[in-house]
Amino acid sequence: MIPFDFDYYRPDSMEKAYECYQSLSQMNKRPMYYGGGTEIISMARVKSIEFDAVIDLKAIPQCNTLEINNGYFVMGAAQTLTNIAEFNAFPLLSKTVKRIADHTIQDKLTIGGNLAGTIKYREASLPLMISNCKLQVMTVKGITEIPFNKLFDGRLQLESGDFLIAILIDQNQLNCPYSHVKKTRNEKIDYPLISMAAMKDGSTLKAAITGYGEKPCLIPEKILNHKSYSIDQKIKKIITQLHSECKSDLSGSLEYREFVLQNILQELLEHFRPTDFILK
Amino acid sequence: MESQLGKDIVRVEAKDKVTGTAKYTNDLDDSPMLYAKLLTSSCAHAKIISIDTGTASAMPGVKAVITAKDFYILCGSLFRDRPPLAFNKVRYFGEPVAIVIAEDEEKAKKAVDKIYITYEPLTVVNSISDALKKKPVLIHEDMMSYKKSITEVYPEKGTNICHHQKIRKGDMEKGWDDSDVIMEGEFSLPQSDHAAMETRSTRCIVMPDENVIIKSSSQVPYAIKELISKYLGIPEGRVIVRVPLVGGGFGGKATVQLEVLAVIAAMHVKGKWVNLTNTREEDLVTSPCHLGLNGYIKIGAKSSGKITAAEMRFYIDTGAYSDTSPKLAKAIAVECAGPYHIPNIQCDCYSVYTNHPYVTSYRGFGHEAHAFCLERTMDKLAAKLGMDPFELRLLNVAHDGDLKPTQVKVTTSNTGNITECLNRLRNLIKWDEGSRIVEGNHIIRAKGISCLIKTSDTPQNAGAAAILTFNSDGSVNLNCGAVEIGPGMKTTVAQILADKMKMNIKDIFIKMEVDTQSSPLYWKTVASMTTHMVGYAVINAAKDALNQLLNLASIALRCPVSDLDYENKMIYVKHDPSFYITFKDLVQGYKYPDGNSIHGPVIGRGSYVMNHLTILDKETGKGKAGLSWTVGAQAVEIEYDTRQHTYRLLKAATVIDAGKVINPKTARGVITGGMCMGLGLGTCEDFIYDENAITENTSFRTYKMIRYGENPKYLVDFVETPQIDTPYGSRGIGEHGIIGIPAALANAVSLAAQIDVTSLPVTPEYIWREKTKNDSV
Amino acid sequence: MQISGYSVIHLNVNGQEVSVMIKPSYTLLYVLREKLSLTGAKSGCNNGDCGACTVLIDDMPVKSCLMLAVEAVGHKITTIEGLENAAIQEAFVRSWGFQCGYCTSGFLMVCHALTKYNPHADDTIIEEWLQSNLCRCTGYEEIENAVKSIITNHIEV
Repeated sequence: MIPFDFDYYRPDSMEKAYECYQSLSQMNKRPMYYGGGTEIISMARVKSIEFDAVIDLKAIPQCNTLEINNGYFVMGAAQTLTNIAEFNAFPLLSKTVKRIADHTIQDKLTIGGNLAGTIKYREASLPLMISNCKLQVMTVKGITEIPFNKLFDGRLQLESGDFLIAILIDQNQLNCPYSHVKKTRNEKIDYPLISMAAMKDGSTLKAAITGYGEKPCLIPEKILNHKSYSIDQKIKKIITQLHSECKSDLSGSLEYREFVLQNILQELLEHFRPTDFILK
Repeated sequence: MESQLGKDIVRVEAKDKVTGTAKYTNDLDDSPMLYAKLLTSSCAHAKIISIDTGTASAMPGVKAVITAKDFYILCGSLFRDRPPLAFNKVRYFGEPVAIVIAEDEEKAKKAVDKIYITYEPLTVVNSISDALKKKPVLIHEDMMSYKKSITEVYPEKGTNICHHQKIRKGDMEKGWDDSDVIMEGEFSLPQSDHAAMETRSTRCIVMPDENVIIKSSSQVPYAIKELISKYLGIPEGRVIVRVPLVGGGFGGKATVQLEVLAVIAAMHVKGKWVNLTNTREEDLVTSPCHLGLNGYIKIGAKSSGKITAAEMRFYIDTGAYSDTSPKLAKAIAVECAGPYHIPNIQCDCYSVYTNHPYVTSYRGFGHEAHAFCLERTMDKLAAKLGMDPFELRLLNVAHDGDLKPTQVKVTTSNTGNITECLNRLRNLIKWDEGSRIVEGNHIIRAKGISCLIKTSDTPQNAGAAAILTFNSDGSVNLNCGAVEIGPGMKTTVAQILADKMKMNIKDIFIKMEVDTQSSPLYWKTVASMTTHMVGYAVINAAKDALNQLLNLASIALRCPVSDLDYENKMIYVKHDPSFYITFKDLVQGYKYPDGNSIHGPVIGRGSYVMNHLTILDKETGKGKAGLSWTVGAQAVEIEYDTRQHTYRLLKAATVIDAGKVINPKTARGVITGGMCMGLGLGTCEDFIYDENAITENTSFRTYKMIRYGENPKYLVDFVETPQIDTPYGSRGIGEHGIIGIPAALANAVSLAAQIDVTSLPVTPEYIWREKTKNDSV
Repeated sequence: MQISGYSVIHLNVNGQEVSVMIKPSYTLLYVLREKLSLTGAKSGCNNGDCGACTVLIDDMPVKSCLMLAVEAVGHKITTIEGLENAAIQEAFVRSWGFQCGYCTSGFLMVCHALTKYNPHADDTIIEEWLQSNLCRCTGYEEIENAVKSIITNHIEV
């Protein structure tokens, strides 16, 4: 039971959705874009968030795209994690989203919701952070395309009323060698102690983690790919550099997280030795 | 005809449960219905300075707002220390402070949010050690003035100790003198939760005729009736409790909490149903949980491994109110020696108040926590002696004639055969291939074992009854007070009745719901005693009905009763079965060919109470707490990663002396379910408190349990050593699957990682800490 | 589509069109249980963690506590009451797949959807799907036996 009232809008075009948000705002109502709703409903139930209206984006065709087009893998923001995983155009992303919440939730949770929501982990962002990826956003100027890393700083930095339409990933990167690891306190279905996505793009190893601190972050690429550091040196330097990011919480302490990251990096670096191009 | 015992009879309510038609309390259709919501405390220990209910009361749809000012009593099944709504102060985070009754849930919740409370925070007692400080902050300043409901509650003045249970047996000095080695250990496990899938739910209506009708997801309908009558001064016959199917209990629904609040609410809105159903968050925190325990054990043994002495101290993290804690303390003390013979033993077990949620009975009734402490110590002792853990246990198991810590004599009948359980377990888990096997690739496979033992710890006069009525076709209706909480007890007692009556189970119709007005008393559906107690009552009822039927048949068939036998709803003359009469011609009385009739409807009645249970001596614990014990041996096998300190559960095994297995598939399911719950305690379940004693993991998002696929492969075997004085020799097994599993897991991890696991749950972080601690030494 | 305050919506539940008065804030679970008297789906946590409220939306499992009733407009809703002698129901009975029965509706819906959607699911897929639900009574062994007994040509991995 959600203990407050709100209105529900399900526009069938981007323009209508945008206008809807604007006009509600002008009436001093607090609208909220709505994807799968899994996070919004659970937070609204305990009044962690409150709003006067939700604008459900699931009826907008562009938000439901799921195709390879023009050199890009295009995913509408309202696509569910299950659909994305089963379409499997980007195996690293498939693997990552299949470890978010549980399978039934993945039938409902949308990729846009995972990126734009308030739960800090945003695990779906990890593969996007390390690939050549751009976002289609509905703004006052209409559809705008923005590089992912410009708009995503641990969380989507959208202007009020803007919403994510789709995510476009460079087709050339979809099948790079990759690795995904998720560590939890002990149970498989849980928030991450650390979740990491990594890929080898040409000769460059890239990795991003979440669960480590307040938001997803990149593993410093320079250190990962440094020509003269040993694996141990790389790990030490990464742990030192990310030390200020690392936080304790119910899943585990700061020190333990650093130990877990150390292990994950060890495996990663052993797996992707400079000459190694094996597809995992 | 073939007996229905030892057969896999499908549970009688199976079809209802796979079609969604099975009804649980909150599925019932009652109208007109109002909804109650609780305002619960945001502090763990604080004075209530003021409560402003003005705004809430004036909100649309709100029927009443109730606080302790409107209603103050003290509740408690053993020790009356708990106001149903906090009075003057709050003692735990989540404690009920006010109830709002409104037209619907939403209006009630909205009004709850508009009650304003001013608290003055008090120092929190956030651990057992806080509670036991020299000059402790007292959680109950007036503890010594509280009323006891039973004799066996011994609070200690000026402390946070609401109960102290003692065991003194033998000569400690001699015991230590006789020993060559000493092994000591300190252990702890945190509070956790029952987490039944159905949250507790209660409905109540106060009728114009003053009858108070309660529907509740409860294991204890008769206790609700008695306690509501006692607490609120309502004549007991006016309190009518109805319990439909219950969505899991595990002891958590053996407490009476929501029912009191629902009655108080309903008294403010007479003539209407009031629905009070816990949210999951409330069910975890506001309603009582599983105990936390700190334990200290010192064992002395000869170099041969024979144990000569033991001293033990246990402190139960009771939380803010006593509820069942004094009985849990008693149960732990009574079983302090486990299944072993320890000639000289001393045990002190304390129920300690803290500002945590309060605890109540939970599957295993404290034995799962105690076994963790004792069985870890046994493994440590074995290691010190260089003995095989099986050998040490086999050497020390109690045999016929040995005295339990309560000085009751062990017999094969009352205790069963632990040696056989251990021997079978040893083969089952291939112990002799090795208990710690280095598999390579940073993987170690390891096995840990534990014994289990438990007696019933019931009140001395706990009783059960059953009533049989008949249909005109000769089939039987069985009515008893056991609640179907999941383990299939209704089907089990139907099997017993079918066997006794020599009828097909299809001719037995068992009433699923319990109604205290029509179903005969069964003390409580707890303590794994239903098969024993209700089973006996059913057997007695069957005898009673059969006597009547045989007497009638002897008239009809014109021969003495001794010439008659019965089977398949027929009574016949033994030496000439062509002379017979069917039940259908007897169950409503016998009608002579000329129409004259005698006797009228046959009703079978049966009662049962355990005999010879006693109150334990306060100073020594001498006495009889239960009729018998169920024993068993358990093991857990894991695969441990030496680099990451993670592990995977491979196998969990139980060999238990069930006396007699009545329904094999059901028995296996109850054991594997218990093991799974024990693995939860072992691997992931705990309540986490912040520095203000606020529970941090209040939902299933953060309170973790074992899920599909994380469970190991289960191995189960039954030994059948009959207990002379029970139906078919059966022993209680409902709770027991859980008991030794946390210990066996901890022993496996200790062996695998070469650490001394002293607290639960065993998370990879815990192992890592222990490993790095050892590394730095 | 726009819904404000109390409104009548039309839902397709178990093959029937039903009209029901709702507010946008009502979850599908609430509407099924309280407005349509379909109490087979249970509330276990109202937070999407336990799966007791699982129903099928267009044949895929969804936790009805985390779905607004209005979202279901235009979709096919199947609840446990809509299963008609599905093989999985009999399999659960045959395998002792439940004790208290409270989680059973949810588990059945997930298993039913899985066996239809992926009749050759391997262990990994079965595990992925079934980890969405919690059972506190069994140790999952019987549920595993039940679902595997109707996965055609199930191959142990």
